[in-house]
Amino acid sequence: MTTEAAPPPETLRAPLVVEFPFTRSLGPVQSAFLTGLRERTVLGVRTEAGEVLVPPVEYDPLTAAELRELVEVGVTGTVTTWAWNPEPRTGQPLTTPFAWVLVRLDGADTALLHALDAPGPEAVRTGLRVRIRWAAERSGAITDIACFEPYDSDPVVEPGAHDGRFTDPVTGIVAAARLDYTYSPGRAQTRYLHALAERRTVGERCPSCSKVYVPPRGACPTCGVATTDQVEVGPRGTVTTYCIVNIKAKNLDIEVPYVYAHIALDGAGLALHGRIAGIPYDEVRMGLRVEPVWSEDGRYPDHYRPTGEPDADYDTYKELL
Amino acid sequence: MTPHRPAREVAIVAFAQSDHRRRTDDLSEVEMVMPVLHDVLRQTGLKASDIGFTCSGSSDYLAGRAFSFTMALDGVGAWPPISESHVETDGAWALYEAWVKLLTGEADTALVYSYGKSSPGSVRDVLTRQLDPYYLAPLWPDSVALAALQAQVLVDAGHTDEPALAAIAERSRSDAAANPHAQLPGTRPQGEYVVQPLRTGDCPPIGDGAAAVILAAGDLARELCERPAWIRGMDHRIEAHSLGVRDLTDSPSTRLAAERAGVFERPVDTAELHAPFTSQEVVLTKALGLDASVRINPSGGALAANPVMATGLIRLGEAAARIHRGASDRALAHATSGPCLQQNLVAVLEGDPRA
Repeated sequence: MTTEAAPPPETLRAPLVVEFPFTRSLGPVQSAFLTGLRERTVLGVRTEAGEVLVPPVEYDPLTAAELRELVEVGVTGTVTTWAWNPEPRTGQPLTTPFAWVLVRLDGADTALLHALDAPGPEAVRTGLRVRIRWAAERSGAITDIACFEPYDSDPVVEPGAHDGRFTDPVTGIVAAARLDYTYSPGRAQTRYLHALAERRTVGERCPSCSKVYVPPRGACPTCGVATTDQVEVGPRGTVTTYCIVNIKAKNLDIEVPYVYAHIALDGAGLALHGRIAGIPYDEVRMGLRVEPVWSEDGRYPDHYRPTGEPDADYDTYKELL
Repeated sequence: MTPHRPAREVAIVAFAQSDHRRRTDDLSEVEMVMPVLHDVLRQTGLKASDIGFTCSGSSDYLAGRAFSFTMALDGVGAWPPISESHVETDGAWALYEAWVKLLTGEADTALVYSYGKSSPGSVRDVLTRQLDPYYLAPLWPDSVALAALQAQVLVDAGHTDEPALAAIAERSRSDAAANPHAQLPGTRPQGEYVVQPLRTGDCPPIGDGAAAVILAAGDLARELCERPAWIRGMDHRIEAHSLGVRDLTDSPSTRLAAERAGVFERPVDTAELHAPFTSQEVVLTKALGLDASVRINPSGGALAANPVMATGLIRLGEAAARIHRGASDRALAHATSGPCLQQNLVAVLEGDPRA
């Protein structure tokens, strides 16, 4: 069955959450700095030119020289610039409106980014004196500084030497991150998914080379043009190649071993992926004829099972391997 | 530093872009990119198979999917197998890579494209993931917050004030009224503070879009385009990541890239600057020494359309298009990446003298 490309149906949307909790190791300078925060001690590092960098880095940003000379700086400092944030966002240091600040701690030559807890923008200015408010629970992370708060004090100018040694030093951090998306699949895949919900598999034909793509992605990757005509394929197909899965996937309730296969649906120009069931895993073969078994909600094929037809002749699918 | 003179004549011979929109839920990335690719090829009469090198720029963090660019590649027509590369940043850097490829003589034409869909996620939060993971990223300082810290430094230093920033916003969106692709054509109120001192009007729109250019070398460029935009020089430079060690009122990386690209040898008549925030235009015009004789962002710039990952490439494309149609003889194009203008690319484009 061939029809002209239908007007795009209702846009599909689904939540998509990406989480990536990277475990990161620390070098000697970052380890000392973050362990120091846990102990309410702020360390900087001295460059060859004599500047004290806070937060400290392992290598000089100007000369790339390895930096190891640690010094202790004050927990009070001066705001070098600020920006009032009326609507705090997820993950930011405070949940009530606050000022983003760069603070040059007493004894440091560079400024540290953090939040300042203040009643309103009128209470904040460049040059404001502030001090660290420590988090109640500290683990060796930049968030051990809960935020800064306004605090009048005289600057302590000279940083003190520090060997950077602490008991039980922090050697790594887990940097958790989560980003939330709303995914929309676009026109071609929306048409495909709507048809699947009606238990029909609909591919799209390239107007240039006539290949039928299943599932369609909107473009013929060979010709670089939009696929246009919709073509219903299957429901039956042929196993073109397969593998036997022996390792159980996390959160997947399927007994191993099982077979995962490439299946060329009748009329399709390429094979799609699917699981084969209803046959012992060691009897699956190239050329096996299969048909879809729909998921309980009927929205997609859960797996494919043998139809009982004779195997397809190799010549009928050799171009689809 | 003396300018670095390219060893081969290479020009931008065509430029195309999508209409930039707040959302494109009806389109997949390849469905958004493909018409732009067809447009830029049509302008030159080239087919995909005529292109010597293809390079693209995009970010998986915008799409929320790994290797998302491989799907967009479906729109190119990559068979028989093409010579291809991708950068995980703005397409301006893809153009740089393609330019170098042409300078080596390994290719005579290149297709460069880039795209970004900011609508599926929250771009302010997404951009925090490019920050130092030890000291910055755990605080989730969003892109507007970091730009606002820079803006306050400029205000404190007396380099600008809110009325001056509002004037930049107004000029940009007024110019964008003549740009059919702009997301924010025409002036609009500055609105409330997003992060003080930056108001809604000082910030770029959030949206989706794509752009593409074609590069060609020597006589081929003259065959493909009536008035090629010759790349006389191009360079990119980067500064330290930590904001606290930088002078946020200045952009030494932009200036150095401009010197290497040959910007200061003769005046330019046009500058397309990639300044997503009004305050960043203040930094760039000062670093580049641009005076009132230079037409800045006649397209409306990033304040009128900001498809992240394509905005920088669009600056190069808009500057080139202005040369193509005879509205500029020597133009500067700039692209940026990273927080508070951390990394900057500068190119000088010229048209042949007109009879």
